[in-house]
Amino acid sequence: MGKLTEAGWETMQVLEKPINSQNLQRAQAMQQANQASQFQIVTRQDFSDVTYLLEVCYPLMAKAAQPGQFVIAMLHEHGERIPLTIADFDRAKGTVTLVIQAVGKTTREMQQACQVGTSLYALVGPMGLPSHTSGTKKIVCVGGGLGVAPIFPQARAFKESGAYVIGVVGFRTKDLVFWEDKFRACCDEFIVCTDDGSAGIKGLITDGVKLAISKHPDIGELVAIGPPVMMRACAEMTRPHGIKTVVSLNPIMVDGTGMCGGCRVRVGGQVRFACVDGPDFDGHQVDFDDLMSRLRRFAQEERAAMDRWSESCRMKIPVDPRSGTAAAAASSAGASDEALDLPDPFEEVEGG
Amino acid sequence: MAKKKTIRTIPQERTPIREIDPRERVRNFIEVACGYRVEDALNEAERCLLCPQPACVEGCPVSIDIPGFIQKISAKDFHGAYKVIADANLLPAICGRVCPQESQCEGVCPVGETLEPVAIGRLERWVGDLAIAENWSNLPYIEPTGFRIGIVGSGPAGMACAADMAKAGCEVTVYEAFHQAGGVLKYGIPDFRLPNSVIDAEIDKLRKLGVRFECNTLVGRLFTIEQMIDEMGFHAVFIGTGAGYPSLLNIPGDSLNGVLSANELLTRCNLMLARDTFGHDTPLTIGRQVTVVGSGNTAMDAMRVCLRLGAEKVHCIYRRTRAESPARAEELHHAEEEGIEFHWLTNPVEILDDSKGSVRGMRCIRMELGEPDDSGRRRPVPVANSEHEIETDMVVFAIGTNANPIMGQTSEIKLNRRGYIEADDDLATSLAGVFAGGDIVTGAATVIEAMGAGRRAARSMKAYLGIRDTEHPGRAVAGEKLFGIDLAERNFVRLRAA
Repeated sequence: MGKLTEAGWETMQVLEKPINSQNLQRAQAMQQANQASQFQIVTRQDFSDVTYLLEVCYPLMAKAAQPGQFVIAMLHEHGERIPLTIADFDRAKGTVTLVIQAVGKTTREMQQACQVGTSLYALVGPMGLPSHTSGTKKIVCVGGGLGVAPIFPQARAFKESGAYVIGVVGFRTKDLVFWEDKFRACCDEFIVCTDDGSAGIKGLITDGVKLAISKHPDIGELVAIGPPVMMRACAEMTRPHGIKTVVSLNPIMVDGTGMCGGCRVRVGGQVRFACVDGPDFDGHQVDFDDLMSRLRRFAQEERAAMDRWSESCRMKIPVDPRSGTAAAAASSAGASDEALDLPDPFEEVEGG
Repeated sequence: MAKKKTIRTIPQERTPIREIDPRERVRNFIEVACGYRVEDALNEAERCLLCPQPACVEGCPVSIDIPGFIQKISAKDFHGAYKVIADANLLPAICGRVCPQESQCEGVCPVGETLEPVAIGRLERWVGDLAIAENWSNLPYIEPTGFRIGIVGSGPAGMACAADMAKAGCEVTVYEAFHQAGGVLKYGIPDFRLPNSVIDAEIDKLRKLGVRFECNTLVGRLFTIEQMIDEMGFHAVFIGTGAGYPSLLNIPGDSLNGVLSANELLTRCNLMLARDTFGHDTPLTIGRQVTVVGSGNTAMDAMRVCLRLGAEKVHCIYRRTRAESPARAEELHHAEEEGIEFHWLTNPVEILDDSKGSVRGMRCIRMELGEPDDSGRRRPVPVANSEHEIETDMVVFAIGTNANPIMGQTSEIKLNRRGYIEADDDLATSLAGVFAGGDIVTGAATVIEAMGAGRRAARSMKAYLGIRDTEHPGRAVAGEKLFGIDLAERNFVRLRAA
């Protein structure tokens, strides 16, 4: 008893070296990844070259999720934690739906890796305060860019609470339109805006909002989810009418539990954390300049990661027409979004 | 033992610990203090006077029998020494590294009155490391009681509570919101101070005791505390979520890019391993000239992480003096060795914009110490016309945390005025069967205090469930009562869950 064995002493020396700790950690992470096939993807749907839907089996989360909440996902053990707004949840089926736009390294990697039957490494949530979806008689639900999918559960919840729901969604062109049937099923009025007029009305999403406001003088509330520029435009549009405006912010996050403060936003002069104090805030109070500046925080790193990753993909897969078109679509998306002068918030969100 | 040891007969010098050279270590994450060798430990153990009424035990938040384990080391019964420690503290390898010993056990050591105190922390760490290396574990015979215990948070408080409840025969599940267990030990404390391998080894010990760790679970949002009791069949719940809501000085420029909380910096570096740019996806940009505001342990960690990640110059801004700095003496010493530039009696006034949304510098004001405040420390007051600028391109706030709001948002549990969970002396909360401890009750404190709270909560839980404290049946002070049950009473009936 008490005699130190030679082997034990060696292990002790080894323990002091974190290089080994990393290996150990990796081995454990791999092990966990194999065990944790709990976040299995049961459905995948591609809306376009860059937008795709993943339905993940997670009954407990499907039971808890509320409109307006988000999740944090990790693709693999070395991946980053990315926040994604819950686009839909089915309590009966026990699934949670995420709609993702492949704009950064992680989301593109997910586009390749996430197929039916595979699993995410981690999925935690639902996070954030649920949206208030009652107490309004007439509501406008606005979704632009990646905000189209997450506005759906809100529209549905408002409808269930007995409100008159006007849905306004924006796309670049007809081919990118998705979930029209789902929206029509829960909206009393549904306005689609496209940049080229190939579907619905021609114009920006704000034109659709303007239309709704001019037609209905008694609108009680407007909820907007989308790029910050779009949300700001909506808030400015409702301000003169005194319409309550709620926006859902998606800044850069790490943990999503209020621990890091990376997602802090300025609302009414106060610092708030989007992950636990939000993500919904009064659109008339949000400092959008601050938000947009903070979203650009890791722009450089994100670009570098993207380049590195594309490079490694090219090396692995000599000819991949799919990713080629995806890249082309993404760059063209950037060009056409100039009308709104926006860096897509979800692009930089990858930084978290 | 031949002769009684006296202050004159013991080795006069404290046994030094081998440390990696500052010039070498600032470029890597290898643990700075290399730990004792066997002969070092034996030598240091000789310095303990084995006081009959040891002050150090009183000074220890978990009352480790310190002379007891040191005596075992002297007798070369190292496993015995481990057993003595493990009786009170399941995680000696961690506590030996992160406890502020100078203000606890070592601070009251009588040897310290004339010489340097006995290096209790280093000895504890040595025993803990040895236990990991030798794969010792203190697995008692556990008789299952059938009680199910839910623990929220896998940090030090949760781990300590889990260990005690598992040993009492309960089925323990620990929930963690991150994808890895360990809480602040994992995301907060860097590898050069507490290697992740040590934490994983300690967590493995808990797994051996039958504790289940469920990661990726945000309690409150995925299910509430009330649901745990009402629907999920937990007989008792312990909340040890930590404070975790970083404070930021409300000064102009605090939302610039390049201004972040120490929590964010450390999480990106330690948990997400952003320091390994090519292996891991999480980004972390380190400035050329970093300024860290605050001078606690977290501030020291943040500064030293920045140095290791390539910062050329790291400044520390603290509004009081070195004497008031709340950091462990060893951390402060290491930080100074590594070339951190300390600006004592200085407070930031404004963070300056480079007009591109990033940081260009910081305007500071000098302070002087005035009358003592509530905490007993002399209150810093600004010196007129002493504003000056520091060149910096990254600012890290390490000025403490506030209460995390999630529990309050999702549960009926009673909070105090500052948003922390209200708990009585037995750490019982306003909800029946729900206990809380650690930073979420006291506000930001130390790892060992959180562990102490976890153990205290476990004791209360056992009394609440009617489980006799099998670990220290005789140790409870006669007359001390918990929920009206006399803890010294040995023969009350152990209940079984239905």
